[in-house]
Amino acid sequence: MKFLIKPVAAAFALGAMALATIPTLAADITIGVSIPSATHGWAGGMNWHAAEAKRRLEAANPGLKIIISASGSATEQANALEDMVSVQNIDALVILPFESDPLTDPVRRVKESGAFITVVDRGLSDPTIRNIYVAGDNPGFGRSAGQYIAKTLSDGGKVVAMRGIPTVIDDQRMDGFLAGIKGSKIELLDSKHANWNRDKAFEVMQDFLTRFPKIDAVWAADDDMALGALEAIREAGRETEMFLVGGGGAKDVVAGVRDGNSSIAVTVLYPPAMIATAIDLTAARFISNGPVEGIFNLASPLITKENAAAFYFAKSPY
Amino acid sequence: MIINWKAAGPLIALGALLVLGTLINGNFLSTGNMTNILTRSSFIGIIAIGATFVISSGSIDLSVGSMAAFIAGVMIMFMNTLKDLTDLMWLVVLAGVLAGAVLGMFAGWLNGILTTRGKIEAFIVTLGTMGIYRSLVTYLADGGTLSLNSQVRSMYRPVYYGDILGIPFPVIIFAAMAVLGYVVLNHTAYGRHVQSVGANEHVARYSAISTDRVKIIAFMIQGACVAMATIIYVPRLGSASSSTGVLWELEAIAAVIIGGTLLKGGYGRIGGTVAGALILTLIGNILNLTDAISNYLNGAVQGVIIIAAVFLQRGIGKKQK
Repeated sequence: MKFLIKPVAAAFALGAMALATIPTLAADITIGVSIPSATHGWAGGMNWHAAEAKRRLEAANPGLKIIISASGSATEQANALEDMVSVQNIDALVILPFESDPLTDPVRRVKESGAFITVVDRGLSDPTIRNIYVAGDNPGFGRSAGQYIAKTLSDGGKVVAMRGIPTVIDDQRMDGFLAGIKGSKIELLDSKHANWNRDKAFEVMQDFLTRFPKIDAVWAADDDMALGALEAIREAGRETEMFLVGGGGAKDVVAGVRDGNSSIAVTVLYPPAMIATAIDLTAARFISNGPVEGIFNLASPLITKENAAAFYFAKSPY
Repeated sequence: MIINWKAAGPLIALGALLVLGTLINGNFLSTGNMTNILTRSSFIGIIAIGATFVISSGSIDLSVGSMAAFIAGVMIMFMNTLKDLTDLMWLVVLAGVLAGAVLGMFAGWLNGILTTRGKIEAFIVTLGTMGIYRSLVTYLADGGTLSLNSQVRSMYRPVYYGDILGIPFPVIIFAAMAVLGYVVLNHTAYGRHVQSVGANEHVARYSAISTDRVKIIAFMIQGACVAMATIIYVPRLGSASSSTGVLWELEAIAAVIIGGTLLKGGYGRIGGTVAGALILTLIGNILNLTDAISNYLNGAVQGVIIIAAVFLQRGIGKKQK
């Protein structure tokens, strides 16, 4: 089917050849992108950035087709992969796996169909399947936050932590945080799961405030939770007593950090836009003359007042 | 002395939790914590009052959590739009509140009409609408979060954070809804019809009760309660997203059953429902106030307490007979 160029695509291709500035592909290429659906803020941002990458790359590269499929569970994602191979006949797969173990074999079957494989964020159990791995730094995500708090409260201080949904990612972040404050005078009062959810974070923070008469800093392992916790702190009138460190890079929080008018002093980047990085690299495999295969470790830097503007996306939902 | 275990069960469980909380943390009984618990219970509590009607009539509504998220999303978008048209912020908030109320009752009516005239089981109808509302709010929010304009929010904020004589506004609404629900369910013809339809629909129909109408109104009461809960929810964080109200339906149903209402219908207790909602909130609060129990076991503790609470009102009551 691939040699049947659609009239519109052909017109674009002709126009492109005439201008000779836009690179053309040797043959039509289809890239399948499989991601979790937008069930919380961060995933919503990731879906938005995937759609942005699709729009941008398809406009710039006639003949390139990107199919995005969002799934609600690991099982649904495995089904989506089967459809991509049998119906869409994809040349490359970009996948942000729901869970590592259950999706390793489904991705292996995609690989066996001859497709190029890019894995994002979470690795598969068998690292030989992938061609490209774009990895987020979860231990670093926790460590950056821990180190910032340890540095800011160098004379010691009392800290509470708010964790996400109990998962491997969440454990890695918490372990990173503990490593970050290790050796400092920071006392971790307690940590609770608030499920990356604003409402839950509001309630957990209220109870922390009831329980502890003195809190110097709050680490919320997600910006949605930081916003919920901040509301509870404001209600209790204790916003001058403590500061918050968020995570993820939600635009409301980034804007607050940029303008310096919020109790959330800094946040740690865990970019939902990493999906776009992966799609770009995968497309480059077919467009660029440079090699792309390998492992790309994305850093989790602190977003501070100085660099916040670079991480603000006005149109992103997160 | 004969103890009415149906009525006493939830209260005993509630008392036991209060004692446990006091033992765990000295701040537990502080005014601040008690206010937090009551205010927090009001969302699930108000929704559960509506659920008491639906469950007593022998139906079930699984859509309430998604419905609350959808109503919250629409209210926020509606108020953000109106804000550009007028400078009268109180008018914007009032219009938003009315829109929420109308939408809630319409959503309830839709569940009711599909269940009765459509002759589809309530479980399936509301499972369907649950998915529909959840998707719609995700779609409206573009997968992210809908946030209320800060100007509108500062006008609306007192509806959650305000108080009258130290009693938070949501608690007053919760109490008023509970009293109203109690009167309607126990002291009106409609309330008796709800329970007789739930007990035996055929007998009710032969007794000249318009069973369809009774059921549709029960769903509309549920919709109105969801709208009321949403109206006080929106000013709390001023936002709605796809994760708003997740699993509220199960919490509301649990509150109703802990309170002594029968899941198969025919018998409802508003007072018990209120106690049930407080018990659920207390469990979460107490778990947050201690680090004695692993975070990973929170769900297990909740499960044990829910079963124990229902056992108190059923198991012991039976043994005494």
